[in-house]
Amino acid sequence: MNAPTTTISAGSRARRARRRSGTITRVVVLGAIAIAFISPIIFMIVTSLKTRADATAIPPSWIPNPISLQAFASILAPGTSTPVLQWFANSMVAAALNATLVVITASLAAYPLARMQFRGKNFVFVIIVATLLVPPVILVIPNYLIVSELGWLNSLVAIIIPTAASAFGVFFMRQFFVGLPIELEEAARLDGANRFVIFMQVVLPLAKPALATLALLAFLGNWNDFLWPVYVLFSPEVQTLPAGLSTLQSANAVRYDLLMAGAVVASVPVLALFIFLQRFIIEGVSRSGVKG
Amino acid sequence: MSTKVGERVLPTGRARRPSASNQESQKKRGEQAGTRQQGKATPWLFLAPYLLLFGSFVILPAVLGVWISLHSWDYTLPNKPFVGLDNYVSLFSPGSTVFGPFWGSMRATGIFTVLSVPLLLIVPLAVALLMSKKFPGRDFLRAIYFAPYVLGVAVISVLWRYLLDNNIGLVNHYLGLLGLPDDTAWTTTTPAAWVALVGVTVWWTLGFNAVIYLAGLQDIPIELYEAARVDGAGPWMQFLNVTIPGLKPILSFITIITLLASANMFGQSYLMTQGGPGRETRTAIYQIADAGLRNFQMGSAAAMSYVLTVFLMAISALVFYVFREKQPKKLKKEVRS
Repeated sequence: MNAPTTTISAGSRARRARRRSGTITRVVVLGAIAIAFISPIIFMIVTSLKTRADATAIPPSWIPNPISLQAFASILAPGTSTPVLQWFANSMVAAALNATLVVITASLAAYPLARMQFRGKNFVFVIIVATLLVPPVILVIPNYLIVSELGWLNSLVAIIIPTAASAFGVFFMRQFFVGLPIELEEAARLDGANRFVIFMQVVLPLAKPALATLALLAFLGNWNDFLWPVYVLFSPEVQTLPAGLSTLQSANAVRYDLLMAGAVVASVPVLALFIFLQRFIIEGVSRSGVKG
Repeated sequence: MSTKVGERVLPTGRARRPSASNQESQKKRGEQAGTRQQGKATPWLFLAPYLLLFGSFVILPAVLGVWISLHSWDYTLPNKPFVGLDNYVSLFSPGSTVFGPFWGSMRATGIFTVLSVPLLLIVPLAVALLMSKKFPGRDFLRAIYFAPYVLGVAVISVLWRYLLDNNIGLVNHYLGLLGLPDDTAWTTTTPAAWVALVGVTVWWTLGFNAVIYLAGLQDIPIELYEAARVDGAGPWMQFLNVTIPGLKPILSFITIITLLASANMFGQSYLMTQGGPGRETRTAIYQIADAGLRNFQMGSAAAMSYVLTVFLMAISALVFYVFREKQPKKLKKEVRS
């Protein structure tokens, strides 16, 4: 394609034109899919801003008339049997603490698996990785009993602690540590620093991007988790948003204005995280695929 | 201890290598302080917090589950008599009360998996191929395809139950405008409910698979395509002989996680169809969770979960077998030469 223009053959000109029109077709097709993909989310937001009557009007309209905050006002009002504001707070606390716990325990555990020689290392690593392939369903029933024995049923602790045993987190951090250059750690060791100091002061500062990615994925996972909270949190005031949405749906089957407002409340934090930290999330996901 | 050496330590993480002259004293000091290698306990101290969680909520329940499945374990009753393999035998005895619901739910999971997995393997690949060349706005489009996935199953299910409402839903409204039937009961009749559950799931997770494919496509060396072009391979031959072999490791990974995700489907059915009509879209996970955690027939539910697990492991093993390394090396060589 870098031949001087004067000698471009008819064939290559045609090829270039074809390629350009190919690009245009490609962008048009992808753009159309993108519109189809985003419009349900937009319609969710639109409906949350409608009045009760407007939300079920036929034909459905893309512009709320009038724009109303009634639905939000009524689901966020205190003292209802569906305390959405409380669910929001519960979800925040649970997801933040769970993500913190995952990041701390997984990075601590991953470090010796990446950098130390010791008896039982391979055994521990293989067991942890093997559980990635075990369907989580076999853990649900016995974990219910364990959590009940610990007195955690119907309390947020049940959502924060058991799911923090993240085999994915250990695997992910180990892969990252293995890829770090070892020289800095060796130098620090020769200077007499102990392993924990090295980990805290040399390794963790280098691992910030990986830690941020893992924290984000853990936060999203916990925020969106559905099956476990539905069954272990039964009182409205301790539920998280996904479990709460289910309660809200059974209480207001066709109040779509309220349901969409609830769905928007449950989406805002994760959509905001996604918009600002998109790169971390998408790269975290694709990296887990490439290395998995 | 020589303070000079001690000072040159960490905070900045930029410690220099010791010069040759004081390497000897370094070594001695290291031995004295026991830092030449770590102490025996050190790795285990690092591992301890994680292993405490892992042992309590992964290993213990995996073992406890077997124990539960061997008992007639009703959470609400004080006695949980040992029944041996009775719970498993019941699952395989056509006359028992659990046989119908369990295999009905396995069938539902099977239908959903068979319908959704091929779509979730092919459609995201097509999208990733369209996105593999750079063009303006590509990262933006990639983010849009991925966006539904960050919403979580509860939000997307509640949302789509609204969009699929047979009277006032957007989907039927637009179908009507296109002159198609506009009264399909998407969430209360089959096969429409399957179309709805599968369609929503494809919408929800397409971006996840596409992002992984895209990363895989970018790892295929461009020279392989050039070599294939020189050999006169058209786009289709390039796809078959370069792209597919190059994607093989990713392909087996995506197949396994997609299979497992589809076989674990729960939220969509719980919130969109409530397992209906009747029990037709009640999946195995739904059935296990309900039997164990609503009706507290934990022994039977635990047995169900192990039967399901054996199925899933067998299928995973089959996928590994299908994707095992063998002839693609020959293909690659042909393209290269």
